[in-house]
Amino acid sequence: MKRLQIMDHVILLAGVFFMVAPVFLAFLTSTHDAVTIYRSGMQFTLGDNFLENYHTVLTQAGGFTKQVNGLVMLKNSLILGFGFAIGKIVISMLAAYAIVYFRFPFASFCFWIIFSTLLLPLEVRILPSYEIVQSLGLVNTYTGMIVPLIASATGTFFFRQFFMSVPEELLEAARIDGAGAWKFFIDILVPLSKTMIAAIFIIMFVYGWNQYLWPTLITTDETFFTLVRGIKQILKVWIGAQIPDYDQAMALAILAMLPPVIVVVIFQSWFIKGLVESDK
Amino acid sequence: MKKVQFRNAWFPYLLLLPQLSIVAIFFLWPAAEAVRSSFYLEDPFGFGATFVGFDNFVDTITSTDYGRIARFTGIFTFCVTFLSLGIALLLAVKADKVIHGASTYKTLLMWVYAVAPPVAGLIAILLFDQHVGPIVKLVALFGWKMQIGVNYFDTGFAMVIAAVWKQIPVNFIFFLSGLQGISKSVQEAASIDCRSGFRRFWTVTFPLLAPTGFFLLIINITYAFFDTFGIIDVILKTEPGNNPVTLVYKVYLDGFRGNDLGGSSAQSVVLMILVFILTVIQFRLIERRIHYT
Repeated sequence: MKRLQIMDHVILLAGVFFMVAPVFLAFLTSTHDAVTIYRSGMQFTLGDNFLENYHTVLTQAGGFTKQVNGLVMLKNSLILGFGFAIGKIVISMLAAYAIVYFRFPFASFCFWIIFSTLLLPLEVRILPSYEIVQSLGLVNTYTGMIVPLIASATGTFFFRQFFMSVPEELLEAARIDGAGAWKFFIDILVPLSKTMIAAIFIIMFVYGWNQYLWPTLITTDETFFTLVRGIKQILKVWIGAQIPDYDQAMALAILAMLPPVIVVVIFQSWFIKGLVESDK
Repeated sequence: MKKVQFRNAWFPYLLLLPQLSIVAIFFLWPAAEAVRSSFYLEDPFGFGATFVGFDNFVDTITSTDYGRIARFTGIFTFCVTFLSLGIALLLAVKADKVIHGASTYKTLLMWVYAVAPPVAGLIAILLFDQHVGPIVKLVALFGWKMQIGVNYFDTGFAMVIAAVWKQIPVNFIFFLSGLQGISKSVQEAASIDCRSGFRRFWTVTFPLLAPTGFFLLIINITYAFFDTFGIIDVILKTEPGNNPVTLVYKVYLDGFRGNDLGGSSAQSVVLMILVFILTVIQFRLIERRIHYT
């Protein structure tokens, strides 16, 4: 029995090593200078260039037109993450409320139109989506970056499930007390959904922050680049470089993953609850 | 639907308006556009288009390139799904069992969920880099001269590893919550009847996890198809050359780099049909899962 326990821990530690080691190594490497890395490979110790590298990445303008630095990209990533999460939650709660609590003509038609979006990921209809957004003049705008991503109905689907599980008596009681549709929504349903909103917010924030393909297509102006989008730019600068800026690349990678990782780790229990229940 | 409902002539439409307009403009319109242009041959300089029927479909699907990429996508999807589900299941079973440090293990095994696929790709290209990568140095000890970006197999291998790494946390979270949902009385009854932990797992725990497993299978296939774009693009340093790519990547390549609107759209439509089938299976499974519990 004792030996079995030890085996369990060995397997788990191996798993932890597999998950943690790449990022840990990336962090250690990001604290050295490019020449050292180029000469002797990725680093297994803490170097003394930590402050310098992160300072450079955050404040010094890079890229082709020298217009963007890490702080600007961080700001754009935050706008994308928050804008996407908030937009999606507001829009999908309203839609789910209409679907669950109202009887109106074409209700099931609207329902199916919205849920048909679950069938096709953005990647599949990427070219026509780009052309439409372009023809609307939304290239290099936050609207063009955020709104098309909201089209998928994952949030609506989740809130619909949740609203269905809310006891019927609540609405009856509210109606007896003379609450209108809007009052019921704001004063009863929204406060009731608080934990759910938090869980969905975390999932959507991470999803928005981590978007790559869509922001890559829709932003050509460097002042709109997000941290994740910035990776593509780093690669372009690498090609033809004598000594690639490995140090700054790893610093950028660490910076790009830090905010979503912190959010997920801190709000772990909410996040897991949301993830497991929303995909049911 | 609720038994008690509001009745209002215009309010529900007002509530639905934002969602419906976004869906119409950014989903229905592009999807219809993809289907339409898959039947047309567009002039690359934008001077009109000719209706060509199913020519685009026939051309793309019969090209040798497409066969090769489809085969790679199949193998890639299989490896990623199989490995990430397998490893995650093993870790979840162990994490469910240990008494000491269970929550620490859980946190350390799931946080990678928040790492963006292209960030995973960026770390992977350094780990697999010919000059600085420790993995390349490690396997060189066993006589494997790994060349990412040059050798077809090696590049595909690096993609699979990065994609598996990124996907383990999701599977782990679902398996663990599935395991914790199995009632203690069932487990205790099983442990009285059967002393072998291994057999107990396969005959009692595994069948009870099967609904979660099927559900995850679909999630993983969808992930390997679509969400690995960032990993693949970064590992190829955005220049694919002769390296392996997936079908979704080819849609992007032909559409944005090759300016082959018709061909790219035809491939989109093929993928749409594929995703449609997967989603239908997924919905049927969800229905069944609800019956189980």
